Amino acid sequence: MKDYSKKILDLDQKLIKTDQFYSYIKLLLDSFPYDIKKITCIKYELVFEIKSESLSLLSKFLLKHSSCQFEQLVDVTAVDYPEKINRFQVVYNFLSVRYNYRIRLKVETNEETALASLCDVYLSANWLEREVWDMFGIYFVNHYDLRRILTDYGFEGFPLRKDFPLTGYVELRYDEKEKRIVYEPVELTQEYRYFEFTSPWDQTKSI
Amino acid sequence: MNLLKKDFYRKIKTFTLNFGPQHPAAHGVLRLVIELNGEIIERADPHIGLLHRGTEKLIEYKTYLQALPYFDRLDYVSMMAQEHCYSLAVEKLLDCDIPIRAKYIRVLFVELTRLLNHLLAVTCHALDVGALTPFLWAFEEREKLMEFYERVSGARMHAAYIRPGGVSIDLPLGFLEDVSIFLNQFSSRIDEIEELLTNNRTWKDRLLNIGRVSAKDALSLGFSGVMLRGCGIPWDLRKSQPYEIYEELNFDIPTGINSDCFDRYLIRVEEMRQSCKIINQLLDKFPQGLIKTTDKKIAPPSRMQIKKSMEALIHHFKLYSEGYTVPVGETYTAVEAPKGEFGVFLVSNNTNKPYRCHIKAPGFLHLQGLNHMSKKHMIADIVTIIGTQDIVFGEIDR
Repeated sequence: MKDYSKKILDLDQKLIKTDQFYSYIKLLLDSFPYDIKKITCIKYELVFEIKSESLSLLSKFLLKHSSCQFEQLVDVTAVDYPEKINRFQVVYNFLSVRYNYRIRLKVETNEETALASLCDVYLSANWLEREVWDMFGIYFVNHYDLRRILTDYGFEGFPLRKDFPLTGYVELRYDEKEKRIVYEPVELTQEYRYFEFTSPWDQTKSI
Repeated sequence: MNLLKKDFYRKIKTFTLNFGPQHPAAHGVLRLVIELNGEIIERADPHIGLLHRGTEKLIEYKTYLQALPYFDRLDYVSMMAQEHCYSLAVEKLLDCDIPIRAKYIRVLFVELTRLLNHLLAVTCHALDVGALTPFLWAFEEREKLMEFYERVSGARMHAAYIRPGGVSIDLPLGFLEDVSIFLNQFSSRIDEIEELLTNNRTWKDRLLNIGRVSAKDALSLGFSGVMLRGCGIPWDLRKSQPYEIYEELNFDIPTGINSDCFDRYLIRVEEMRQSCKIINQLLDKFPQGLIKTTDKKIAPPSRMQIKKSMEALIHHFKLYSEGYTVPVGETYTAVEAPKGEFGVFLVSNNTNKPYRCHIKAPGFLHLQGLNHMSKKHMIADIVTIIGTQDIVFGEIDR
């Protein structure tokens, strides 16, 4: 691991010695020494935090390299941290059926920075990226069909962002007079109650 | 005027057809925009989201235990499989071990759920294609299976029975005997369904060579479960990445040869038989013991304890109001749900609520493959393909 030791965090020394872990870390670090920012192992799951520019290159490598063969892009999702400059962490989960192994890539981005689409690498990326676009408003360059997917036709806003209220902004009902669905701003008869049950005592130590 | 050669050809516009959202064969609320050339499908564009309830957003505002019942309501024909996945994810973040009896109960119910799901999948598929009878027979069996659900949780479908830390209560007296009685008669019910379908000419005509996918495409499309095994890839998370006690159990993974709808039907039927085999093995060596973890900060105390001990009462109150705190971490946990790989990506931030919970539903990626699978098929075949994908909108729209 010699030069790259700074990049590897939280890695259990025992785990590094197991073959699969070691081989993947070494292979990726040798091939992409400057693209990988950090490697972590959380709950026995291997996570690579990479630069957003190298995403499509790395995913192609993961798919094509004979000792990786991550044929499946299982899942694309994002996590929103509004307090950070690059507020979104986009998470890609890969699965290698050949070697029975999972790997996770993480990329940081924000509202303005677009990511490269993986549509040309994985067929499954199409809808997965559409969902991320729909829910978080993260734009994917070179995606051939980036429409909203789960929300209503003509929906505005990105619901899974942390600053989007749980109750939303509009509600709809069928209007008997107009004989159509009408959209209205949400009116709550009672203010939304957010129960914060956490006690003032520090809980973390007792568990 | 010069006539060019291309002017002699008449341009044919494709015909666009709206399928659903209220079509009975659309398995819920699927709106399909199909482009037809005659009766041949050129392109199928599924419009989903009509059942979108914002489950992931809601979960972010609930404690870990309150979030559990949402998982029943995703894929509402294989309820416990999803609870199970979520419970596994939370347990992974909590570093919590569960007693062996709880594991047996979980596997028992997950396999019963597989029967529940495949009975619906196979026979609703048959119903779409035109065979009504197996559907009626299977629902008789589903009724019995849902009675098992009811006996342990009080609810026929949305059980909320498998919880982080174990299961909510122990099996009632005589439960395992009744499961055994059910299993004894169930294999002949599968035979009856097979008698009507497997050699049925119409059924074969409608299914053979329909919706073929190559193994390479199936992988790239992110297929899992029966859809992937139908292409001849022996991939089952119960075998390849075993959880609970699947390592100790003896069962086979059926795979397809022709990767068409008929193979997938046969696989589903065989998986039901394998599930029966698994349950029989469980019944033979069902252990006694606890059904929840002993960690008082995670598993609530029993009624009896609450009445006797002040400490238990406080724990009960705190667990059901504040919930438990999950240390910082993240995990992608996947199980082999009846429909395929069901995964939960859970991010915790040392509070009592999940910071982010993403649900990877197998049906979402399967439905995406609909365009790929239905290309150049006749319009009637799209119903067969939707049926074989075993689509349930609760999990796709979330």
